[in-house]
Amino acid sequence: MSRAWAYGSVLAAGMGLALLPLTTDSNVLLNFLVFMLIVAVAATGWNLLGGYGGQFSFGHAAFFGTGAYAMAILQERAGLNAWVALPAAIALGAAVGSAIGALAFRARLRGSYFALVTLAFAEVFRIVANVLPITGGAAGILIRLRLDPWQFQFADRRVFYWVALGVLVCCLLLVRAIERSRFGAWLVAVRENEDAARALGVDVLAVKVAAITLSAAMTAAAGCLYAQKFLYLDAAIAYGPWISVEALLAPVIGGAGTVFGPVLGALALLGLGELTKAWIGDLTGGSVPGVDLVLFGALLILCVAFAPRGIIGLLSRVRLGVRWARF
Amino acid sequence: MHSPEILLTAVLNGLMTGAIYALIALGLTLVYGVLHIINFAHGAILTAAMFAVYALHAAWGVDPYLALMPLTAGFFALGYGVQRYVIGPASHGDDGNILLVTLGLAIIIENALLAWFRSDTRSIDVPYAFASVEVGGLFLSLPRTIAVAVVVGVALLLWLFLARSRIGAAIRAVAKEKVGAQLCGIDVARVYAVTFGLGAACLAVAASLLMPTYLVNPRVGNAFVLVAFTIVVLGGMGSIPGALLGGLFIGVVESLSGLFLGESLGQIGIFLIFILVLLVRPTGLFGAKA
Repeated sequence: MSRAWAYGSVLAAGMGLALLPLTTDSNVLLNFLVFMLIVAVAATGWNLLGGYGGQFSFGHAAFFGTGAYAMAILQERAGLNAWVALPAAIALGAAVGSAIGALAFRARLRGSYFALVTLAFAEVFRIVANVLPITGGAAGILIRLRLDPWQFQFADRRVFYWVALGVLVCCLLLVRAIERSRFGAWLVAVRENEDAARALGVDVLAVKVAAITLSAAMTAAAGCLYAQKFLYLDAAIAYGPWISVEALLAPVIGGAGTVFGPVLGALALLGLGELTKAWIGDLTGGSVPGVDLVLFGALLILCVAFAPRGIIGLLSRVRLGVRWARF
Repeated sequence: MHSPEILLTAVLNGLMTGAIYALIALGLTLVYGVLHIINFAHGAILTAAMFAVYALHAAWGVDPYLALMPLTAGFFALGYGVQRYVIGPASHGDDGNILLVTLGLAIIIENALLAWFRSDTRSIDVPYAFASVEVGGLFLSLPRTIAVAVVVGVALLLWLFLARSRIGAAIRAVAKEKVGAQLCGIDVARVYAVTFGLGAACLAVAASLLMPTYLVNPRVGNAFVLVAFTIVVLGGMGSIPGALLGGLFIGVVESLSGLFLGESLGQIGIFLIFILVLLVRPTGLFGAKA
């Protein structure tokens, strides 16, 4: 893949997405798209560790929530400006990531053990955030409404969309750069065969810790965006299992270990989720909780069973088919 | 400080809750020991079993203890089918895939229950919910005493089954050496399915024992399953005595940390043990060296 194509495709996709809000005035649609971008950013973070590195985390909520809470607390309790709070919150998320990573990977936890320990960390954070006074306890924490670009709040929803898109494109470019770098090759080597990678002189521990740190930073950035978009957090939102699950589902369904997989997955998942909710709502004349998630679960199993490389894998299979047909 | 009576009561209560935890962990560790996978759908299956007990009682007034036998059989069949026709074929034998498939199952079951029963918390009324029996000057809750007795019985039955029956021997063979067992003509896919069925059956028993005194909502399984993970990790993945002792121990820890730290932080003690054991000795106290 040439360099121009590698980065150009990310920028082109970003540009295409940037045009979307110009075609609509619907607030519902814009809110949906912003939420999709937030999930896509979180999923891009998961993808770096899980897709490229093969370390399946079931607790990315720990990083998402840390970013979100840090954003809210630094503004509301410490009086910091939102734009100052943003890098601080991302750094804090990265620090939590590298701490959990250093502990878990030093103890040589892999596979289901790693999934379990990340899950447990996220749960501990949730329980603690639910009782601490600084997080607002069970009542949650509100960020004051100050519609001012200087406060990272925008009167025009489209501006927030573009900011979130900017964050996503930065993350995608970073993943692309890693994919093409020596570090990326080490990461994939660790995924494919950890012992062989070690035998070849890859510092497996350092690679994994670096991956989880970057991964956590991206997912924390998604948390920051969430906090600024919705201006309210409680423990079940910030550290709840929903975000751990969506950050994992989107890359697996879209195509884990590919740059665009998490974005396609987030779009497909949340789009299907909304359609199903609307459809069931029409059928029963009221909203039924959980139906979209039933569908997500089924999609996950179907993907694992029939499309191990997700939507991206299916697309490339189709493209290959076309090429074969031509010959 | 708390008086010795309060402490003793807390320890006893912890042991009795721990017996049910042990049963839940038993199903999890059995599946891990044979299939070498962590079944992330364990909690969701428990929730489903609890709703089944609830629904039987709500619809026909079936007593939870009467529901125990048919539900155990039903959940054995369910677990057998799920492993044989969903998890096995969908995962292509890859560990990472199994992790994802069981997670997918958990999401489906939990949210199907949410869609059907909504998020309300429900419980059933039985006349003996608050009955107690006197043992050596101490008053013990009747449902919990029954639970301890049943758990002991189930553990013994399971041990007998694994030690004496032909299929039990096959299960042990597959757990030890899958390829070797296959070469001897053991149908590994069937053994996997039976084991998974046994795991689900343990959950049906646990659900019947829990419902007289406990409540159910679509998320209730999560609370139990994290505790069960802790127990399994503590006792050693795949170790049956480890699960039983670990269950009792965790029950006591939860009861005591609830007493000293208060309800909301009580669970923290469990998670800290969990993380600590995972980091320091991931093979657990009774597990073989990996």
